[in-house]
Amino acid sequence: MSLIFSADKCTLCGACVDACPFGVLSLEGERLSIGEGCTLCGACVEVCEAEALALPEAEGPSPRPGVPLGGIWVFAEQRQGRLAPVALELLGEARRLAAELSVPVAAVLLGDRVAHLAPELFRAGADKVYLAEHPALAEFVEGPYAAALTEIAARFGPEILLAGATYVGRAFIPQVAAGLRTGLTADCTAFALDPERRLLLQTRPAFGGNIMATIITPRTYPQMATARPGVFKRLADPCPGEGEVVRVELGSLTAAGPCTFVGTVEEIRERLPLAEAEVIVAGGRGLKEAKHFRMLEDLAELLGGAVGATRAAVDAGWIPYAHQIGQTGKTVAPKLYIAVGISGAIQHLAGIQSSDFIVAINKDPEAPIFKVADIGLVGDLFEIVPALIAAIRRERE
Amino acid sequence: MLKIIVCIKQVPETDKVRLDPETHTLIREGVQAIINPFDLYALEAGLRLKEAQGGQVTLLTMGPPQAEAALREALGYGADEARLLSDRAFAGADTWATALTLAQAVRKLGGADLIFTGKQAIDGDTAQVGPMLATILGIPYVAWARKLTWAGDGVLEVERLLDHGYDALRVRLPAVVSVVKEINEPRVPSFKAKMQAKKAVIPTWTLADLELDPHEVGLAGSFTQVVRVFPPPARGESEIWRGDPQELAARLWARLKELGRR
Ligand SMILES: Cc1cc2nc3c(=O)[nH]c(=O)nc-3n(C[C@H](O)[C@H](O)[C@H](O)COP(=O)(O)OP(=O)(O)OC[C@H]3O[C@@H](n4cnc5c(N)ncnc54)[C@H](O)[C@@H]3O)c2cc1C
Ligand SMILES: Nc1ncnc2c1ncn2[C@@H]1O[C@H](COP(=O)(O)O)[C@@H](O)[C@H]1O
Repeated sequence: MSLIFSADKCTLCGACVDACPFGVLSLEGERLSIGEGCTLCGACVEVCEAEALALPEAEGPSPRPGVPLGGIWVFAEQRQGRLAPVALELLGEARRLAAELSVPVAAVLLGDRVAHLAPELFRAGADKVYLAEHPALAEFVEGPYAAALTEIAARFGPEILLAGATYVGRAFIPQVAAGLRTGLTADCTAFALDPERRLLLQTRPAFGGNIMATIITPRTYPQMATARPGVFKRLADPCPGEGEVVRVELGSLTAAGPCTFVGTVEEIRERLPLAEAEVIVAGGRGLKEAKHFRMLEDLAELLGGAVGATRAAVDAGWIPYAHQIGQTGKTVAPKLYIAVGISGAIQHLAGIQSSDFIVAINKDPEAPIFKVADIGLVGDLFEIVPALIAAIRRERE
Repeated sequence: MLKIIVCIKQVPETDKVRLDPETHTLIREGVQAIINPFDLYALEAGLRLKEAQGGQVTLLTMGPPQAEAALREALGYGADEARLLSDRAFAGADTWATALTLAQAVRKLGGADLIFTGKQAIDGDTAQVGPMLATILGIPYVAWARKLTWAGDGVLEVERLLDHGYDALRVRLPAVVSVVKEINEPRVPSFKAKMQAKKAVIPTWTLADLELDPHEVGLAGSFTQVVRVFPPPARGESEIWRGDPQELAARLWARLKELGRR
């Protein structure tokens, strides 16, 4: 399968050549040449004003089946009886989408003795809760979780299935998609609908956040996506805490699968988890020494927030990995992000893109962090941060 | 003898990929193709297991012909052999079609005891290929491993990262395991291995070799489709403040209070 090129429409403008992330397009004399290595990503089609380029129409293995009637589902991730905030956020988003499609919203709750969480899910927007309780689901293990969710979805037919892009969600949701033979879009930051074709338009960052892509699952159900924590909003007005609980007896779970939980070896103790913090004060290599993170903790505490860090600070051993933000750490979406002594490498920015307001403190006016900051303070952090702490304390006393 | 497969991907160096804010085209200058950095940890995990338990490490990649360079480079770290899965029909594959193609190659290789993948590929950042591969092969998947201990008797103990901390699991092989960067420090390739890698023969397997149907692979076999690519929404203008640190701090506090009230 290859790119469709209409030489007669081509104006040889070269826009596509610049747009190709893989460098496989070139202008050779009077003709566009398409080299080896085209991944059909469509970046060139997007920029071609002459409409000389097109993606081949993908012919599916099967035509799109009838719309399943199960509505929009959210995986209600929980651990030890506590729901992950992203599940509640996604129920809010699901309600918004469900109103457009006129379908119900359901949450799927897996665990051992977790029935008491159902009212919270109803309040967050679920009309129905599919509940499966089993000792094999007490702690998260990919195999049993994937088997359970796959079985429930296969039986009750969701049109759309959303889950948080947490470590748990990103570990087993791909297995559910593969088990159901349907598509999955990772780590989305926005959803919209094409109501006519009932398509979920799933938007996500790619290439480390340099590019956004909108992706659809045109031929199969459910349309599945994982979504970034902190990006979607919970319902402003909670629904009544009532609805239908559908208990599901699972046929697919056995007591001893090939993979079993042994124990938790290390808990990350945080005063306030990064994913839930409305304010994050993050430090980078500019802090110079581990002990200077104390200063950030003080500031974070005064602002009611949590402390984050760059990979450079984590690698230097100044702060545990749990605090790392970015492509290889956590993605966060606080109301306020204060970057202290952080250069703003693209891998770090990938994790803070969805923050509402960014303040940067850096002595290098050329630091890339200033390009994404709403307010950038050029100066020495060892002067500015203590002064800021002092100003807040003075006022509070 | 353990049969170990490491899946690697050739990716553009993403910190160099950028959209021109005016023309909305990608600035490609200086963008090189590299081995997905996370896959080097997967490779190192495979090599260490082989060294400790005895076995063979086979590299697998699906990609355009130039992806052979990534395999050759990875062979230089000490892997035993490599296969390139390449065919025009594979173009445009999403994670499902990629996993399906890789799975077929794993079967053609006669299966494996352990298949390692990186945490995610830095171009798509999806982390989906490994778990999908495991499901297609019908074997367990363990995500985000930071420590592996051989428990003997075909059982591996894995310590892995989750949102709350680290859990320990026991998994009976065969299995697919994705690794995070804390798991090891990739070695520096030896001169000798590098020289051998230069001469290594890397077989290419096509659609026909894998006995796959063209409808199952590439764009045709993909369940998802990219319909639009665009630059990230621009953030508002930055205000840059300079001056006396005390004044900057006071001004910032005043602004933060205003924000808090909104
Ligand atoms: C595959 C891959 C994945 C990665 N994943 C991540 C990730 O998840 N998260 C992440 O953060 N990074 C990640 N990185 C690393 C990233 O590329 C950068 O190296 C890192 O973010 C830099 O951290 P930094 O800003 O703290 O350090 P630096 O880049 O060294 O910046 C320090 C900044 O502090 C400023 N400074 C110094 N002293 C002062 C002072 N007294 N007052 C004010 N300012 C001062 C300097 O001007 C400088 O801008 C990844 C890299 C790769 C290759
Ligand atoms: N085309 C490919 N060929 C071989 N391995 C791949 C390919 N794509 C992804 N992988 C493996 O799957 C992991 C996750 O990739 P991804 O799902 O694309 O984020 C990577 O770290 C690789 O180990």
